[in-house]
Amino acid sequence: MVQADNLVEMRGIVKMFPGVLANDKVDFELRRGEIHALLGENGAGKSTLMSVLAGLYKPEAGTIFVDGKPADFNSPKDAIAMGLGMIHQHFTLINSHTVTENILLGLDDPRFLMRLHRYDKKMETLGEKFGLQVTPAAKIWQLSVGEQQRVEILKMLYRGVRVLIMDEPTSVLAPQEIEELFKTLRSMTVDGRSIVFISHKLNEVMSIADRITVLRQGKVTAAGIPTATTSKSELANLMVGRKVLFQLDKTAKEPGDVVLELRDVSSLNDKGLPALRNVNLKVRSGEIVGVAGVAGNGQTELGQVVTGLRRCTAGKILVNGEDVTNKPARVPIDSGVAHVPEDRTHVGTAPNLTITDNVIMKSYREPPLAKGSSLDHVAARERAEQLKDEYTILAPTVDTQVRMLSGGNLQRVILARELSTQPVLLVAMQPTRGLDVGAIEGVQRLLLKQREAGAAILLVSEELEEVFTLSDRIAVMYEGEIVGDGVEADAQKVGLLMTGGKKSSLEGTAS
Amino acid sequence: MMSNEAVKQTPPRRFQLPLQIRVEPRLEVPRWLSPVVSLGAIIVALLIGALILAIVGGNPFQAYAHIAKAAFGSLGVLSDTLVKATPLILTGLACAVAFRMKLWNIGAEGQFYMGALGASVVVLTGIVPEEASRFVTVGAMLIAGVVFGALWGFIPGWLKARMKVNEIITTLMLNYIAISLTNYFIFGVWSEGGFQMSHTFQRSAWLPRLSDYAEQAPILRGLTTHFGLVFALVAAVIVGYVLYRSIWGYEIRLIGDNPRAAEYAGINITRNTVLVMMFSGALAGLGGMSEIGGVVHRLQAAISPGYGFTGIIIAWLAKLNPIVVVPVAVLFGGLILAGREIQPAGIPRLIQGIILFMLIASDVLLRYRIRIVRRAERV
Repeated sequence: MVQADNLVEMRGIVKMFPGVLANDKVDFELRRGEIHALLGENGAGKSTLMSVLAGLYKPEAGTIFVDGKPADFNSPKDAIAMGLGMIHQHFTLINSHTVTENILLGLDDPRFLMRLHRYDKKMETLGEKFGLQVTPAAKIWQLSVGEQQRVEILKMLYRGVRVLIMDEPTSVLAPQEIEELFKTLRSMTVDGRSIVFISHKLNEVMSIADRITVLRQGKVTAAGIPTATTSKSELANLMVGRKVLFQLDKTAKEPGDVVLELRDVSSLNDKGLPALRNVNLKVRSGEIVGVAGVAGNGQTELGQVVTGLRRCTAGKILVNGEDVTNKPARVPIDSGVAHVPEDRTHVGTAPNLTITDNVIMKSYREPPLAKGSSLDHVAARERAEQLKDEYTILAPTVDTQVRMLSGGNLQRVILARELSTQPVLLVAMQPTRGLDVGAIEGVQRLLLKQREAGAAILLVSEELEEVFTLSDRIAVMYEGEIVGDGVEADAQKVGLLMTGGKKSSLEGTAS
Repeated sequence: MMSNEAVKQTPPRRFQLPLQIRVEPRLEVPRWLSPVVSLGAIIVALLIGALILAIVGGNPFQAYAHIAKAAFGSLGVLSDTLVKATPLILTGLACAVAFRMKLWNIGAEGQFYMGALGASVVVLTGIVPEEASRFVTVGAMLIAGVVFGALWGFIPGWLKARMKVNEIITTLMLNYIAISLTNYFIFGVWSEGGFQMSHTFQRSAWLPRLSDYAEQAPILRGLTTHFGLVFALVAAVIVGYVLYRSIWGYEIRLIGDNPRAAEYAGINITRNTVLVMMFSGALAGLGGMSEIGGVVHRLQAAISPGYGFTGIIIAWLAKLNPIVVVPVAVLFGGLILAGREIQPAGIPRLIQGIILFMLIASDVLLRYRIRIVRRAERV
């Protein structure tokens, strides 16, 4: 029923993609001035539902009511005209333009003469009103991810949206930035704006949302329950449909010999700026060393130098005592370094090749797959079938192109390939990013199994909780430096280090 | 505010057809689909061609019958078709190899000329003495043609791998250099009595033709198909092995699909770029060698009516499958031959163009499934 305080209502929304029913008769209500969390695993249909509301998708069935009147959106522009705006997980900003230019992009207002400095003022005032500090004349590429997100929010506020939909807004932020974002969001609801907060992180949802709607496999499992009346475990249950154990059984283990050693390693990033500064790090066999840090503080480059994908400008990298510094990527592979890359689609897999072709990427050079100069396709297929079963890769056949696979299955293809070689060192970059609760558990189990088997594991993750539960030792990176090695698993302390706070005062105790 | 009853109803719908066409991406492409779709595309192309022929006042059936007869109608013309197909197979293979790795070698034309030049150098400078046996002479020409072609592939390959120079530009420009270079030799060095051609090669430098064996088997009389066809077929098998069965072929496919993944897998992209461009150039160079050894028997201007460029089209039509390159090249050889029969430029070129369009367009059917569904089924 349409209620007066419902700003938006969605009724019986059905959205289908080939072979997938993304939204199955979903109802959703959003009240004026509330923060409403949309919770669910990856692929539960959260983003799809909100993309329908933002005019990006047309539903197969169902109706949207805004202010009690049915609305029909043909494009995001229609939705914005009705006051509904969405901020996507991947920002839609133009890097070489300024903040002001990005906010004005697509609007009719400055028609011919730009006179941007006038608008700069406007942006500044708007930003101050909501506690979103930005430099209007700054170019997007000069901004941090957090600042870029502020620009996205301003873009929507400038267009006068009443409903702000945020798709996984915290996935790119540091703990402190998340706090700031939450403050901003709360201040926005004061004058009647509503916020839809899409997330799969229970902690955040519990701390920010007024009400929660949970989706599972395209269906609503809880509709607008007040946050105060529920608990984390209940929500997890609603999300996954079974009890989730937040406890992994990790046995105590004495680490063995040093497998990976970095000595004063420095390196540049893609822009030619220093990315790693005199990094010293040791990983022993049977030990998981977790590297925490806000994205873009050198973790990516750290993984790349160790796996031979990026040159070091100084320093030495030793694997089992063997110098692999600036050797071609082949050398670390041959000395038993496995790599679960950060970017699954652009680095970790060849999208148009089959599962078979993808699982043999590291082992095709050696027998039994290689026979002289020929590749044994029968053996390759057998290997793929076996890994498909062992790692429960869900796909019709091993001839399926991997671009057809979901994120979780794609990660299983990569893990199957990397872990089946019994590595001496595993470099796991963001191994659970974007995966749902069930899949995360599976990946973490596999990592612990490798640790049992005596592999040295370098784990880079932005999920503090993951670093805390899995690691035997925690290191923190900030601006290309290891600012803490062997840090306590304390969110407060690690969070401070991650943002460069109190670096000097903590350094004494850490080293 | 609306009444409760109104809310329960869906809003009024616009008029809609009871049937609806839906386009869905295919998750899996059945093996039989690709050849069936290609065949269908060719048939549709011929129908469109027939329509155009009818519009301009021709009799499509007669025209097609004539084209078929002129290209494949008798042993004699079939043999001529195969002569035309031989260089096309080799340039088609050259392009297919490079395109597999997403190296856009459009320099098969120049590499073809360089192969011809290389073979000529061996004969005309007396590196191989005139009295040498055919086996030795042809063998030397073969090696020289392949090496010259490979060299012409090495240059853009190295520039691309080391200097990140766009290979489309370099291969295109090297075409003109190769043609001018051959012209220099034709006009300046080996010109025979001022004509723009070298003297005819000695008989031992001619590739054997079917007609050479007419004394033993009279049926072969006048058949011009030469040994170059064997080179082309062997090359197709070798390329097929390399791409589908060898370790190197796997690396080529991987680099072609995702160079960053290939790098991550420890594959040396620089080396492979150079090698693949050399392989591609060698195949085109072999085409040039076979053309002057088997057909022209001398170095002269305009030995290629654009075989190198037609090779690009053939490679695409064959979906970069080296074995399929062979029949496609034969089809094109036939169209070139029949073209001269009925019209110097118009209709056969037109049909070639329509076939190309249809085959490229038909790719959609491989990637998507088109379904007609009833509206009622949808929800």
